[in-house]
Amino acid sequence: MLEALSMPFFQNALLAGALIAVAIGIIGPLSVANRMTFMSGGIAHATYGGVGLAIFMGWPVLGGAAAAALLAALLIAWISYHNLHRTDTVIGMVWAVGMAVGVILTDLTQGYHPDLMSFLFGSILAVNGADLWMMAAFDLILTALIWYFYYDLLALGFDPVFAALQGVKTRWLHLLLLVLTALTVVLAMRLVGLIMVIALLTMPAFTAERYARTLAGMMGVSFGLTLVYLLSGLFLAYRFDLSAGASVIMATAFGTIVFYIWNVKKG
Amino acid sequence: MSQTVAAIEARALSFDYAGYPALENVTFRVEEGDFLAVIGPNGGGKSTLLKLLLGVLKPTAGTVLLYGRPPQKADVSVGYVPQETGHNVDFPVTVGEVVAMGLLRTRTRWRRYSKEDEKRSLSALARVGMAEFLDRRIGELSGGERQRVLIARALAGEPKILMLDEPTASIDFSGQHEIFELLAELNQTMTVVVVSHDMSMVMGYARHALYVNKTALMHEIDAHTRYQIKKQLSGENGHYCGAEFWRDLGRAITCTKACEDA
Repeated sequence: MLEALSMPFFQNALLAGALIAVAIGIIGPLSVANRMTFMSGGIAHATYGGVGLAIFMGWPVLGGAAAAALLAALLIAWISYHNLHRTDTVIGMVWAVGMAVGVILTDLTQGYHPDLMSFLFGSILAVNGADLWMMAAFDLILTALIWYFYYDLLALGFDPVFAALQGVKTRWLHLLLLVLTALTVVLAMRLVGLIMVIALLTMPAFTAERYARTLAGMMGVSFGLTLVYLLSGLFLAYRFDLSAGASVIMATAFGTIVFYIWNVKKG
Repeated sequence: MSQTVAAIEARALSFDYAGYPALENVTFRVEEGDFLAVIGPNGGGKSTLLKLLLGVLKPTAGTVLLYGRPPQKADVSVGYVPQETGHNVDFPVTVGEVVAMGLLRTRTRWRRYSKEDEKRSLSALARVGMAEFLDRRIGELSGGERQRVLIARALAGEPKILMLDEPTASIDFSGQHEIFELLAELNQTMTVVVVSHDMSMVMGYARHALYVNKTALMHEIDAHTRYQIKKQLSGENGHYCGAEFWRDLGRAITCTKACEDA
């Protein structure tokens, strides 16, 4: 088992797991606190449309995914601002149509694409050095932005109407959160896959909410849990030759349920 | 201007929700230092009116003026207290952090609170009798305590007008009484506007009542009536029948024997 640590690809995967845990530890609590879980799910799934388009056109996949994720974020922000009738239904459409576009475009693409599944379910083989640098840079920018807007975000999550009366630009802040969520999804895609990322954004935050007194504390606990779940999931994936995303999610769900039962018993 | 400027003035105010009129031609004046109860049936437009006064909604027609200027431009500080619904008790935030949200405008250039801000938060919290709760998580408090924290948050900005939306809706009777005693005390230094569907309590404290049901009718509550209501409130059932008041508004109301005798 430990010989895995000496392999460069596995070192990359572990490092990527740690870097992604930072972004997910920050974005997850904000997504949960602002009731954006369904929106985040919509962004994650619609991103596959960009993956399909990039493969069809022969563009870099990461670029296509990022473009689609940002487009989905803008679209979902627009839908929720205009309070369209049945906002949830419309977001559900973005979710499914994005996915369908991706599947159809890859169907139409000639040749065999063995790594297609890895975009959906994640892979421990997929992360390279450039990805790591990108993740590290994103973590840095994300942390700086969240530090700067911390009290605005706190007010937005607790009481958006009051925050707006206090001069907080709640719409811009909400859009910023959706954009940061989109980028987090894209960066987590290679390791855990688009379908599974939503579980990582919600489950650690759900547990953290019970143990933290402040939003920053919730982010810290969320980061710690995500890190443990990601790393144990990656080891499981390596040991039993499983999909990285699915293994991480099973580890996450196991941890979440254990904490939940422990909490209920404690009263 | 020879006339003194009103704390709040609504002129021919109308508001439509998707073509359906929620308020029509509402005109009234609230003088500085008044205690106004905004009453009326659910769905009659009370909350809509409050949002117009706060500037959260823009009127379809007419104007709102706070000390002579529209809400968005008024340099007067308005403290807003929403209804405590307990919808966000799981949110990890401390009492002190919530109160500081009343000072979001005054932060330093790195969007941080100054020492001065922290002092103001603490003194606002002390004013509602909750200073020792500073570091508690908001979810650990009772509904009445949380409502007090929301009042402290509004007080932190040292408002000249305090506007409250159903501040006692989710609080038991004695808790309601305490909240209104607090508002009466605050009313000595600021104008207070309370939206409430619960006539019995608010009428014992307010000096004017604005009855809102699409249109609005201002009613003065004289000291004698207020005294009578308060006296009834301190009785066993703690409920104000309000027959005379409703008669004045042109509504017939049947009163119980006990109420007539009181």
